[in-house]
Amino acid sequence: MDPECARLLPALCAVLADPSQAVADDTCLEKLLDWFKTVTEAGSSLLLLQENPCLVDLLTHVLDLKPQNVSPRVLSFSLCLAGTFAAQEDCFEYLQQGQLLLGLFGEAGPLSWAAWSVPIVRSGWIRGLRSLAQHPSALHFLGDSGAVDALFSLQGDSSLFVASAASQLLVHILALSMQGKAAGSSSLQGSAWPACAQKIVDHVEACLCSTAAPQVTQALNVLTTTFGRCHNPWTEVLWGQLGPLVAHLLENEPIPAAHSLVDLLLSVARSPVFASADCGLWETTARMLSCLSPSQAGPLALGTLKLQNCPQALRSQAFGVLLQPLVCILRATAQAPGPPGVLDETTEGSSMTVDTLLSSKSACVGLLCQTLAHLEELQPLPQRPLHWPQTLLVEAAVIILKLCEGSVAPSSSEGGRLCGALAGCVRVQRAALDFLGTLSQGATSQELMLQVFAVLLETLESPASSPTVLKKAFQATLRWLLDSSLPPSSLDLGLPAPLFLKELFPVLQKRLCSPCWEVRDSALEFLTHLTACWGGEADFREVLLASEVPKLTWQLLRDPESYVRASAVTAMGRLSSQGLQAASESSGHLEVQQGLVGELLHILSVDSEGFPRRAVARVFTEWLRDSHADVARDTEWFVATVLPMVSRDLDWEVRAQGLELVQVFLAQTLGQSSPHCPYVVTLPKASPPSPLPEVLRTLCQLQVFDFAFRALFDCDRPVAQKACDLLLFLKDKTAPCSGLQEPGESSDVTSVEATLQRWQAGEQGQPLSTLEPKEVLAALRSMDLEGLQSRLAESSDHVEKSPQSLLQDVLATVAVLEENVADCY
Amino acid sequence: MVPGKTTLPMMPLGRGARRKNSQLPRRSRRQPAETGRRFLDLRSGEVDIKHPKVRHETVLPVRAPNLTMQYPQVQINHHYARLWTGHDFYPQFPSFATCSKELKECSGHVFVDSVPEFCLPETELIDLSTVDVILISNYHCMMALPYITEHTGFTGTVYATEPTVQIGRLLMEELVNFIERVPKAQSASLWKNKDIQRLLPSPLKDAVEVSTWRRCYTMQEVNSALSKIQLVGYSQKIELFGAVQVTPLSSGYALGSSNWIIQSHYEKVSYVSGSSLLTTHPQPMDQTSLKNSDVLVLTGLTQIPTANPDGMVGEFCSNLALTVRNGGNVLVPCYPSGVIYDLLECLYQYIDSAGLSSIPFYFISPVANSSLEFSQIFAEWLCHNKQSKVYLPEPPFPHAELIQTNKLKHYPSIHGDFSNDFRQPCVVFTGHPSLRFGDVVHFMELWGKSSLNTVIFTEPDFSYLEALAPYQPLAMKCIYCPIDTRLNFIQVSKLLKEVQPLHVVCPEQYTQPPPAQSHRMDLMIDCQPPPMSYRRAEVLALPFKRRYEKIEIMPEPPPRPAQPTSGKKRKRVSDDVPDCQVLKPLLSGSIPVEQFVQTLEKHGFSDIKVEDTAKGHIVLLQEAETLIQIEEDSTHIICDNDEMLRVRLRDLVLKFLQKF
Repeated sequence: MDPECARLLPALCAVLADPSQAVADDTCLEKLLDWFKTVTEAGSSLLLLQENPCLVDLLTHVLDLKPQNVSPRVLSFSLCLAGTFAAQEDCFEYLQQGQLLLGLFGEAGPLSWAAWSVPIVRSGWIRGLRSLAQHPSALHFLGDSGAVDALFSLQGDSSLFVASAASQLLVHILALSMQGKAAGSSSLQGSAWPACAQKIVDHVEACLCSTAAPQVTQALNVLTTTFGRCHNPWTEVLWGQLGPLVAHLLENEPIPAAHSLVDLLLSVARSPVFASADCGLWETTARMLSCLSPSQAGPLALGTLKLQNCPQALRSQAFGVLLQPLVCILRATAQAPGPPGVLDETTEGSSMTVDTLLSSKSACVGLLCQTLAHLEELQPLPQRPLHWPQTLLVEAAVIILKLCEGSVAPSSSEGGRLCGALAGCVRVQRAALDFLGTLSQGATSQELMLQVFAVLLETLESPASSPTVLKKAFQATLRWLLDSSLPPSSLDLGLPAPLFLKELFPVLQKRLCSPCWEVRDSALEFLTHLTACWGGEADFREVLLASEVPKLTWQLLRDPESYVRASAVTAMGRLSSQGLQAASESSGHLEVQQGLVGELLHILSVDSEGFPRRAVARVFTEWLRDSHADVARDTEWFVATVLPMVSRDLDWEVRAQGLELVQVFLAQTLGQSSPHCPYVVTLPKASPPSPLPEVLRTLCQLQVFDFAFRALFDCDRPVAQKACDLLLFLKDKTAPCSGLQEPGESSDVTSVEATLQRWQAGEQGQPLSTLEPKEVLAALRSMDLEGLQSRLAESSDHVEKSPQSLLQDVLATVAVLEENVADCY
Repeated sequence: MVPGKTTLPMMPLGRGARRKNSQLPRRSRRQPAETGRRFLDLRSGEVDIKHPKVRHETVLPVRAPNLTMQYPQVQINHHYARLWTGHDFYPQFPSFATCSKELKECSGHVFVDSVPEFCLPETELIDLSTVDVILISNYHCMMALPYITEHTGFTGTVYATEPTVQIGRLLMEELVNFIERVPKAQSASLWKNKDIQRLLPSPLKDAVEVSTWRRCYTMQEVNSALSKIQLVGYSQKIELFGAVQVTPLSSGYALGSSNWIIQSHYEKVSYVSGSSLLTTHPQPMDQTSLKNSDVLVLTGLTQIPTANPDGMVGEFCSNLALTVRNGGNVLVPCYPSGVIYDLLECLYQYIDSAGLSSIPFYFISPVANSSLEFSQIFAEWLCHNKQSKVYLPEPPFPHAELIQTNKLKHYPSIHGDFSNDFRQPCVVFTGHPSLRFGDVVHFMELWGKSSLNTVIFTEPDFSYLEALAPYQPLAMKCIYCPIDTRLNFIQVSKLLKEVQPLHVVCPEQYTQPPPAQSHRMDLMIDCQPPPMSYRRAEVLALPFKRRYEKIEIMPEPPPRPAQPTSGKKRKRVSDDVPDCQVLKPLLSGSIPVEQFVQTLEKHGFSDIKVEDTAKGHIVLLQEAETLIQIEEDSTHIICDNDEMLRVRLRDLVLKFLQKF
């Protein structure tokens, strides 16, 4: 331990032991515990206690205090601390000698105190035991102290955290006691289990036979954690013993703790121990799939399908469960329910699904949302069934969306009731749109694709669509447009996507004028993505330019909502890059373009919100990188205009983006930076576009160095880091020019350095005299940029995070509290 | 009568409303299929902005708000007090060979060339002169009031809140003004001949009760009708003849709009008219007071249950912006009050974001100024947010600021100042939403030929396609954004769950999905027990029996109240139960038959026979052909056509009884 910390420790212990000095902040104690854990992991706990007797004194003192005088926080901390020390067997023995552990964790300790009613104390007690339960001595202690019995009752604690921790500790104790027995599984049969393990298993067994649902849940939770964490052969024996009891639960009506039962089965199925053995697991799973309610069976079906080693028949059954609600929807609305194979598999149990769907609106909505989410999750996985019923799923998603829109007229009474339950249901609409979006990657017939586009268009057009639904509809539309692998150039072929575009743009226009800013924003984002992908396609360009969209986008640059302005900036940037900016009848292309640059510069200089300014900085960087025609015409003018604005910006992201822009400019002017790896195969270095001294002079004129040096001392670390990288790049590039420096000219550097030092000290207002290339070179050489880079790479709280400062903080807090008390008098 | 037993005279409520035709079948005799629809014939003038001239004549079938005109009956023992809780007034319009001058054709549709006529509320079912009380729920359902108060012999009391009366006056004033501006000498009447009418094309041949249609009322009639209204405030308890208490509650639909509680001591009936749970400008709906109702009469639900008002406002704004940005004009046919306040507020927030700050908004109505000003002074009738603005002090509605900054300008008509200020592109709010009269006609003519312009329909009362029919062919874009803030079926379900009435009574239309969307099972009332439904002109007995009546017995005889001065209840004098019965002393005691016979003989009656009956005795005056039926709790004197004799005998009977 750091001597300075060792010096502070007695004072800290004294503060903690003093009931009159309350520690206000829980997080300090948590940090202290973390630190002690690090210290004990690095060295001997026993030695630590012997060198710092104040620690044992603290624990003793807590026990000696009257129970009512102990602060629950300090008591909880002491319990955790004692456990941390006792994790090492020698230290455990040391503490046991003084009966300290029994005092803290035994039945006569906090367990019987009034403070036990405070959840943090119970939690601390469990955490302490969890820490110390690392060695055989601890096992004996746990058995003798009655702690295991206390843990059984804590499983039903009113605090969920305590209950969960108790359950996990029981699993840990079980695993610990079985540690030595892992080798010979056959010897574990019968009564060969260690006492502690036997006690826990007996308890779980009793709970599984109980008629009280909470007890069954507790037992199932313990088993779920056990099979999830322990992958030793004894777990197979355990399942062999308890599996029949678990299977027996399925005979009850209703099935108790169904969710926990699902978790347990999946936990067992995922365990590598059962990879080859069956153990009746699949049979139980199959039974469960058929007798659980559709909403309970859904997670089990999804979990089963994700398994690698599951029998095919069970996979089919599970997939059938997932598909059932959708098949029911298709049947009720008299749609062709996909290939016959799927139907046959899903007929079983469909009446239960129909009942759920029709029982109430909330049940219908809940089941559909869950089913759609499960199928969406399954869709991209390699484990998904080979025969993925793309058509059925797309049809179901389409019909669900139509039901939500109220635009489908089912003939059956079930369909009518479904329509009543789903009409206007935003939750199902969102889930169906998300799901439909993921289905875009599969092969879909042209006819069905038409249906998809029609329903998407209907949703986008509908005045009743909420902003979140519209956002999802735009996202789904984008995916279908881009994934339908039909380039818009096939416009003449009459294929769905291009035709859809023609109908889409009037809707997009309307949405860009929506009074709801979220809708305008979603529409702009959609436009940006679509333009990025299809901006070069002639037919897309034609449809876009024939619409009002570019003009409306331009107008949204002045939107009152900053998010919309930011999205409009990005969209205009993209449109402009593709030469798709609005061309008004009166003005020519050039005027429009100048106008756009001017508009964006205006936003960069005066916009009160950060988002639009960041967006402009990003667009400008992209334009420079892509050699946008208007930027390439006079790059220096462009950089000279933008730099003063971004360098003074109050938003660090704008300043950082400004440095990015400079970096792109430098890369274009000086060439890319040399690769760091000496073995990388590179092309022969091309000479920089201009002679280096000239470039340097330009950079000085553009005040690039002024910006970079200032940014080096920026109060926001990412900016400083970027500036440092930039200057290092420049230093590397200007190394050949170091010969320019004449001896005896170092006086110039002194003034630069002086200014930089003042900047570093926070005096950023100090102007930097006009820099000359020679001064810059000298400054670059004289600065320890590498050192600065490594310092900046360290986390900003590396100083404040030290244990010493932590101890000082705790003490200071107490001191402040004391002062306040004094003030009160 | 039995000695010691008290008989109380009853309040003569039963003398009130009387069914005109008690043999009326349960279903309307006229148009069973058209239940809930009324037809409105309006005629429009297509007028040049500077030189008004009449050109279009039309018949416009108008779908009335689903049965907002109801006749709930409060059955109180053997009495009926019929309370009119509002009247819809839908301008309704009347249609060949012999009447070819009356008919005009336009784009394949036939229209009637006539001065606008209006279909009156139901008058055959009830003799309006016998109605005691009319309760007006909101200003949209009082437009027929002058027809009732001025032409039917109605002499009862009308109750309404102040904003309802003031804004109702504005709506009527605007209507009268629009109609009187383009006078037309004659009404078309030949087409109404049934033999001719049935040969006419739809919808003319389907128009019902065309003979009862009337021309618009005058301002004098409006003023006279309004003078008969008694103002009430929310939660104010109004005693009606000591039998029931009526209380208006905020319904959240419009300024001053009300639902009503009609309760006796042991029964409570709630009448829910046009109500809204949305946060718009009026005071929120008072749901709490509707709890514990024996019966809840549910009317005035939204006419467009599939149109979410928020979405429609969004559509309205988007289409408005799109049009104006392209250099087009927007025409919004609307009423001068109501949704327009919310639209202006929405536009106030929207125009800057849409870059429409420089676009002028014109509100043209003879009552535009009054409407905008009235809205600002009814602070106590507004929602909480707007009320609190008054204390700042700020005008509750932002349209004040729009006017101040010259973004919104209002004019009484298109003539005068407007002609000078008019600048395009612009947005014009003006009436009448039926497009048959009012300044809207000018703008339809002016802008109809350009596809740059848009007409946006926001009022749900009229079918926009039918409204537009006489203007076809039309180049301008038409957008239908009906904004109906009244309760939809989801909201009704929530309301009923919250309020939990024992019984719900509602129009038949609410108990089944709309015919055009028969699969939408969500578009109907779903409650337990299922609602009792009724059709047009059907009389329902409300589903409760009066078991108790609260009475108060005074130990001393009450002082005799002064006689009413003049014929307030004028018509009642000739009614079966005379008005003054309430003032008669109470009687007790019994009539000893023998003494009574002796007394009769003393007073010159001879040939007296006494017969014993199961319940008492019958004294038969054979000469006078008169019977005196003496029973335990009643005595009847039965003599034909001799009032003098009856009075003499009555006085003799009374001598044996004690008065107090």
